[in-house]
Order: sequence, then C-alpha cells, then structure tokens
Amino acid sequence: MNLAAAGAHPGFLSPTGVEIVFVLVGLATFGAALVTVTTKQLVHAALWLVAALGGVAVEYLLLTAEFIAWVQVLIYVGSVVVLLLFGLMLTKAPIGPSPDADSGNRPVALAVAVISAGTLVTLVVDAFRTTWIGLGTSAKGSTRVTGEALFRGWVLPFEALSVLLLAALVGAIVLSRRADPANSSAPAAGSPTPTDGGTGGAMDGGTDDAEDADPAADGEGRS
Amino acid sequence: MHLAYPAVLAALLFSTGLYGVLARRNAILMLMSVELMLNAVNLNLVAFDVWLREELHTGQALALFTIAVAAAEIGIGLAIVLLVYRSRGSSDVDRLRDLREDGPGPPTTPGQGRAGAAATTDSGRQKA
Repeated sequence: MNLAAAGAHPGFLSPTGVEIVFVLVGLATFGAALVTVTTKQLVHAALWLVAALGGVAVEYLLLTAEFIAWVQVLIYVGSVVVLLLFGLMLTKAPIGPSPDADSGNRPVALAVAVISAGTLVTLVVDAFRTTWIGLGTSAKGSTRVTGEALFRGWVLPFEALSVLLLAALVGAIVLSRRADPANSSAPAAGSPTPTDGGTGGAMDGGTDDAEDADPAADGEGRS
Repeated sequence: MHLAYPAVLAALLFSTGLYGVLARRNAILMLMSVELMLNAVNLNLVAFDVWLREELHTGQALALFTIAVAAAEIGIGLAIVLLVYRSRGSSDVDRLRDLREDGPGPPTTPGQGRAGAAATTDSGRQKA
C-alpha cells in the first residue's frame, strides 16, 4: 500500500479487475436499492432489498473483509429480510401493487435525496480522488484477524452489545405480547381481546379497524 | 482500488435510503430504507478500515457492532409497527397523528391536511 501510495497513483482510466467488478456490482446494488425504495409492490421491495444487501456483501468480499461479508449474509439476508417479510405479512400487505405506497411528500423527499447525493458525492470524490487502497494478498478481514481484534481490543463493547441484544429481545417480547386477560391492569397495549392468540390475532387486525375502540373500552371497563 | 469507489457507492446508497425514509408511507418500507442507510455506513466503515489498516481493526469491529445494533433495531421496530397495526389497523406513518397539537384529524392528504389544520389551529388560538 505504501509503495502504491507513494508512487503516482493509478488513474481512473486504467482500472484493475477488482475495480471493474466493484463498479459493476455497485451498479447492481444501487439499482436494486432504487427499486427497493420506488416499487409499488411491497413484497417486491423486500425481495429487492435482498439483492441490494447481497450486493453489499459482495462488495465486502471485494474489500477483503470476508467475515463481515458472511455476517452480512447471515444476519441481513438471513434474518432481517425474513423479519421484514414477516412484518409485511402480519400487517396484511397487499400482494398486488399498492398505489399509496408513497406518501404525499415525495417531491420533497426526492429533492432532499438528490441534494444529499450531489453534496456527498462531490465532497467524497473531491476528498478521496487520489487515495488508493492497497488490497494486498494477505486477507485483512479474515475470521482470524477479525476475531483477534474483536476479542483483544473490543471485548467490553462486545459484551455490552450482547446485553443490548438481550434487552432488545426482551423488549420485543414485551411489546408484542398480548395483555394478559387475568392481569388486565397492564397498560392498554393494543386491543386486549382474550380470544385472539399469537399471530392469528395480528392477521385479522385489518378487519377490526372500526370496532377497535370497543375491545379496548371493554378491557378498561373490566379493569 | 480507489477509495472513491466504495465511498461514492456508500453515498449513493445513503441517499437512496434517505429518499425511502422520507417518501415511503408504510412503516415497514421505512424500516427497509433505514437498513439501506445502515448498510451504506457499514460499507464506509469497512472501506476505511481496509484503507487505514489499523491494528485494532476499528472499522470492521464497528461494522459488526452496527450490524448487531441494526438487528436489535429491526426487532424492536417491527414489534412497535405490529403493535401500532394491531391497535390502529394501519401502519401508515402519516395517519398516526394522535400526538398532534390539534388532536386526531381525519386522514387527508398531507399537504392540504397540514395547511388546513394549521389554519384551524391559528383561528382557534385567536378565538381563545
């Protein structure tokens, strides 16, 4: 890296193979991300998100960060997107195109995004125009290297993060748990109808829009 | 590899996610856009870690932490969205207006609704 940085840096007109692959995968990733935020079909948005996140994982691999790439595949593509799909299905997302997927402030959002992209890209290109990353032969992000760095220098944040994950798990369970009918003095979380159970209750959530106030009022009356 | 390539890609992904957060109406689609923004930050972290070649690998460790925090965030966020959907029958973020100053109004289009609500609020204050 030092040799490459000390010498005249390679121009943009003679890209290496890694750069060509990076740009191509980057274009695919950016296109998938664009489709994710613009498509009218909600389930398609989640599936295009898989493509975008997988593209980012390939970019990690190209940057020699193997471990991060596989963690990305495992956590994002494996669990986060599945969670999002579960969320879409539990909120009764329509399968076909839903014309009201975008809210009314779409032009403002477009303007903000274009301004942000223009500013960031201009700044970044101007700042790192001549910076060259030496992707050497030894893997800088293999599991061994990452593990040693993680468990030598970052043990305390790592453990704190595990506590954070536990807290998030408990919080998600508490949030999504139905109020106990025997213990209805709990704060009215949703509609505490005792007949509903688990996911089945969430599946028919769309139909009780009008009668939503009644079970809540009943629950408060019983308490 | 030029550092400009991953940095530009991260900037573009971040702007895409920003557009999605601002323009989407469904709360779960907003969460997807937040994931895109977090991924852009992760890409920057990894690229700068490979560039700076530090002893402690701060960038990669921080990217791992960001991934874990994103997983926690998506769990809590989906729980909240499902809770809102169960109690309201809708997960559209521009219909959740109960905490507005003038109380729950009818779900109208945002521009007109906002202008009309502001007008009624002002008139109400002047009368009061």
